[in-house]
Amino acid sequence: MIRVVLPFHLRNLARVDGEVVLEVPAPIPVAAVLDALEAKYPALRGTIRDHGTLKRRPFIRFFVCKEDWSLEPTDKLLPEEIVCGKEPFLVVGAMAGG
Amino acid sequence: MSKIRVLVGTKKGAFICTADGTRRNWEISGPHFAGWEMYHLKGSPADPNRIYASQTSGWFGQIIQRSDDGGKTWSTPGSSPEDLKGPEGFPKGESNKFVYEGETGTHMWYDGTQHPWEFKRVWHLEPSLTDPDTAYAGVEDAAIFKTTDGGKTWKELPSLRQAKGHLWQPGAGGMAVHTIIIDPKNPKRIYIAISAAGAFRTDDGGQTWKPINRGLKSQYELPDPDAEVGHCVHRIALHPSRPDVLFMQKHWDIMRSDNAGGEWKEVSGNLPTDFGFPIEVHFHEPETIYVVPITSDSLHYPPDGKLRVYRSKTGGNEWEALTKGLPQKDCYVNVLRDAMAVDTLDECGVYFGTTNGTVYCSPDGGDSWNAIVRDLPGVLSVEVQTLK
Repeated sequence: MIRVVLPFHLRNLARVDGEVVLEVPAPIPVAAVLDALEAKYPALRGTIRDHGTLKRRPFIRFFVCKEDWSLEPTDKLLPEEIVCGKEPFLVVGAMAGG
Repeated sequence: MSKIRVLVGTKKGAFICTADGTRRNWEISGPHFAGWEMYHLKGSPADPNRIYASQTSGWFGQIIQRSDDGGKTWSTPGSSPEDLKGPEGFPKGESNKFVYEGETGTHMWYDGTQHPWEFKRVWHLEPSLTDPDTAYAGVEDAAIFKTTDGGKTWKELPSLRQAKGHLWQPGAGGMAVHTIIIDPKNPKRIYIAISAAGAFRTDDGGQTWKPINRGLKSQYELPDPDAEVGHCVHRIALHPSRPDVLFMQKHWDIMRSDNAGGEWKEVSGNLPTDFGFPIEVHFHEPETIYVVPITSDSLHYPPDGKLRVYRSKTGGNEWEALTKGLPQKDCYVNVLRDAMAVDTLDECGVYFGTTNGTVYCSPDGGDSWNAIVRDLPGVLSVEVQTLK
């Protein structure tokens, strides 16, 4: 069981409150979490990663156990704390600055 | 009695203003999609309860929203939770998938090199005049897309970018198809306009397009002031009874064409300045047009701090200032290209929204103005539906 925390606007778009829970078979890379997220909430397709290239949108960040995984390969396996649901996988809107 | 519904897109959400035909007392609903840039909302002429909306964000990209009940509820077509067990199978979530057809190609970049087309957002949505499920989307980087399934999927009409697209160059505001007008007498004829590229027309439903910029002069913007493409067209408008007569607010200059864009002539006449963004036509008087002059390309606010709509009842050249009810001192707002519209009541109403979040209505063709609402986020677009 993967717990995913979405930013405010994506929670509204997906019409969810609080965390999202996904069932994803282990081992679990980042891409598998995103695949499962978009499958359960199709309205999120294209908002976190590009429709065609599947590249992360520039102002989206992925935080994993207090580390920034945004630049990690999306086939990198997530740590056990995320896989077992002890820690959430965070999808974050990057700081706008200004 | 008829009812008026005004669809307002702002930098931080959408608002829907409704009133009866007197247009005196307004109810405001919103913000819808709070916090998102709402570039444009427009209702289907064939089914006024069907409204398409462009919702965008620098973080999360493009979203297309659709309402089938006049703006009370909204969903992303083909990807909302209620579609999960739909008859068409698992939803693909492609209502926001705008992918250029074939080889992406390149256009002119700021440094003179060629740069690949990159989709950024939908600026303008133009529903079909006859089919609620069909609509066109004008996007940045400049291209036109079409849906025939109510917004679930979009397909580019790619030949537009073959109309010398390699010479198009973005202006400071980007390079977008911001105007789409379907000829009400000939649905295969569509006019579009692109800032810093010009105006274009198709006569075969979008299979082929040609520039229609002859007569435009851009002596301060282009090395060749009479170039075939590259002109910064801000807006085009027409009257449905005479779709061959076009009015244009160019970067500078108010222009008019009497032959479907074949040739343009300037009709700026006695305007205090002919720079501006929107242009509209009175619903019952094809020769009555409206513009909102802005000081200059460097000063995007009205001359002398006075917000004045100008009206010509002669199809241009002779203009009168309309000021009653509009601020006549210390006003430094702008009115963007998609932020002016008219209703179709017997006494034509004219509407516009400002960058400081005020939406004005004139229930008497421009003679007097009242604020429908103030202090919204900056207004990006205004559309009006006249509901019988």
